[in-house]
This record gives sequence, C-alpha cells and structure tokens, in this order.
Amino acid sequence: MVLTEQYEVTIVDSDERYICDSTQNLLKGMVQLGRKGIPVGCRGGGCGVCKVQVLSGTYTSKRMSREHVSVEDEAEGRVLACRTWPTSSIELQVVGQLQRAVTR
Amino acid sequence: MSMTGVLRPGHVQLRVLDIEEAVVHYRDYMGLIETHRDDQGRIYLKGWDEQDWFSVVLREADDAGMDHMAFKVLDEETLWRLQSDLKKFGCDVERIPEGELDHCGERVRFVAPTGHVFELYANKDHHGNGIPTTNPAPWPEGLKGMQAVRFDHCLVYGEDLDASVKLFTEVLGFQLTEQIVDGDLQLAAFLTCSMKAHDVAFIRQEGPGKLHHASFLLKTWEEVLRAADIISMKDIPIDIGPTRHGLTRGQTIYFFDPSGNRNEVFAEDSHVYPDTPVLTWTADNIGQAIFYHSRELNERFMGVTTGA
Repeated sequence: MVLTEQYEVTIVDSDERYICDSTQNLLKGMVQLGRKGIPVGCRGGGCGVCKVQVLSGTYTSKRMSREHVSVEDEAEGRVLACRTWPTSSIELQVVGQLQRAVTR
Repeated sequence: MSMTGVLRPGHVQLRVLDIEEAVVHYRDYMGLIETHRDDQGRIYLKGWDEQDWFSVVLREADDAGMDHMAFKVLDEETLWRLQSDLKKFGCDVERIPEGELDHCGERVRFVAPTGHVFELYANKDHHGNGIPTTNPAPWPEGLKGMQAVRFDHCLVYGEDLDASVKLFTEVLGFQLTEQIVDGDLQLAAFLTCSMKAHDVAFIRQEGPGKLHHASFLLKTWEEVLRAADIISMKDIPIDIGPTRHGLTRGQTIYFFDPSGNRNEVFAEDSHVYPDTPVLTWTADNIGQAIFYHSRELNERFMGVTTGA
C-alpha cells in the first residue's frame, strides 16, 4: 500500500484553499475539488498557463517546457502547477494566464 | 482536384517532454502503430491505414510543440519545381538530406510567414497498412485504443496569416475551403491540397507561431464517442468534446498528449472540388463556427497552444 499525505494549498490571490493529495499535482488537486484560481490549460507542462510562484512549502516537479519555465524560474519556485507535486503545505501566487483568443 | 503537386500531409514531428510517456499516448491510447526508433531516439508512428513508413515523429526535448509539418509531393520533379517557386516567393529554403529521418527521402524545408517550419518531400519508404492488396480485408486485426486511421492535418496560430495563405494557395496550389472573417480581415483560413475540408489551417494571432493541434482521422461519430471513453479510462487531459464544428462539419473531440500538445480525433469531414464555393463564417457568429452545438467560445480551446 502506498502511503499518501494530504497537504493544504493556498492560492493567495483569491485566498482559495484546498487539500491536495501528495500523489496529485497542484492543478489536478484543485480541479478535482471543483476549485478555481489557477488557469487550467494542457495539464502536461507544455502551454504554461498554470504557472505559479510558490511562496512557501516544498514540492517535487517533473520536466516543464523551457519556453515557459526558465532555469532561473525553476530555481526561484516559478513552476507549472500541473507538473508540481506537494511534499508539504504550499502557498502560491498565480503567474500564468490564458492568452487572448483571436486578435485583430 | 487532380493530384499533381502537393499530395497530402505526410508527417508531423512533435517535441515531447518524456518520450516514453508520449509513445504510450500515441501508440497505446490513440492507436497509432510504432514503426521505427532512430539512433537519435526519435520514435516513428503511423495511422493504421497509411501506406508510408511514418506520419508522426516524436522527439524528446526540453519544450513541447511542433518541429515541422511535412507534405508529400507527387515526385522529385515536383519537389524541385516547388523548391524553386518557394525561393521566388522569397522563402529561405533549406535542403534536408535523405536519411536525416530514416525511411524518408530528401526534404525541402521552408519557414512560412507565420513562423512555422514546413517541409516537402517526394519519397518515403512503403510500409503498407497491414492488409493485402489482393482481396483486402476492410481493416487489420490487433488495433489498439482509438484506432486512428491517419494523420490528417495541423491547425496553427500565427501573425502574418495573409502571407502564409498566399504562399500555400499561390505557390503550393492549396485551395481555400472555409474561412472566418471580420469584415475584410481574415481571422482563420482552412486550406486543402486535396478534396478534404483541410490539410492545414491557420488562425490569426499576434506573436510567434504556435501549434494549436495535430489531428487524426476516425471513421465514425461512434468512434469519436469511444475515443471519449478511452480519454476518461486512461485519464488523458480532455480539452473539449465530443461535439461538432460548424467549420468543416467535423465531429470531434480534443485532448492533450502528456507534454501538452493538443490532439484532435474527428470523423465525417465535408469534401471539396476545385469548383466548390468557399464557405465563410462571420466573426459575430464565431461561437457557432467553432462549436456548432454550444455556440460559445472556450477560453482554453482558443488560448492554449504549444510552441512551433
């Protein structure tokens, strides 16, 4: 049996809080509970819309498109929520946004 | 259209963040057939009914997106004629030697004004579709997942829509099938080199060129619903659908590969002849043009892309 931990995630922009399982990435944890706050895009580390700044807490992450997350970003806790798994409670701020659709 | 110039989309090379995760998605879930791995670690796949060796190449990289989309042309004479025409149009043209991709002949690479890398080639090794050419069965046994029939088209975003449309129609002989317009401004252009509703499509958006999706053909609406079941069973990130597009009448579902490249599987396109009128959707009706049932634009569908 795999032991899973549960951690509280706080989106400081909206003061939204949700419980995220350690086996779920930060974005999936939010979506599964019907919470909002972090934009939901491709969920695979490719589009960059779920970029967040982790303000406090620890996590592990998987490879994210360099187009959206530089080495410096990664070092400073700016990561994609869909590729980030909590290992403690987390406070984060939303950085990414959905682009405008069709421009003129 | 008599098929004398550009024949069809031949392949798309996609960048993925984890190639083993990606191949499970494309092979086991979408049902493409893995046909080769090269010494760079790239993985080659094809839809079951495609005759040539591959139509998708996966390359592991540190960002997601489309390396290039390639079209097969009739023969080498056509390839060199189009190379010359591309140069006259003002494109920088590069020749990629035979064997840079295994099983593929020499390619002519150019960058479209929207910033996307496209290629043309005349030769690719024959693989076959798993069915004999004498007394053929209607389908091969042992297919997996969504059982995608073929790589069908890409839709890309870019700024200089007008120049890319001009290049594809005037130099490469594509036909405009459908469009979205806002007054005199073309917002979207669907282009074919064959009789399909689209072999490539462009959407106008500021900024560098992007990949919106790579699309694969299914045979029926029932198979689109079955694809939706597989998307849930395998926990694939869904984008939207199953639904119908106004544009192209496609019955469709969209989802993302494990690196965030958007895929479509769809059925039942419309078809065109060279004398078929262009179908026009107006910007004030863009919701219906894109999602015929809900008639509402979807922020994620419109706004989320990967690189080109």
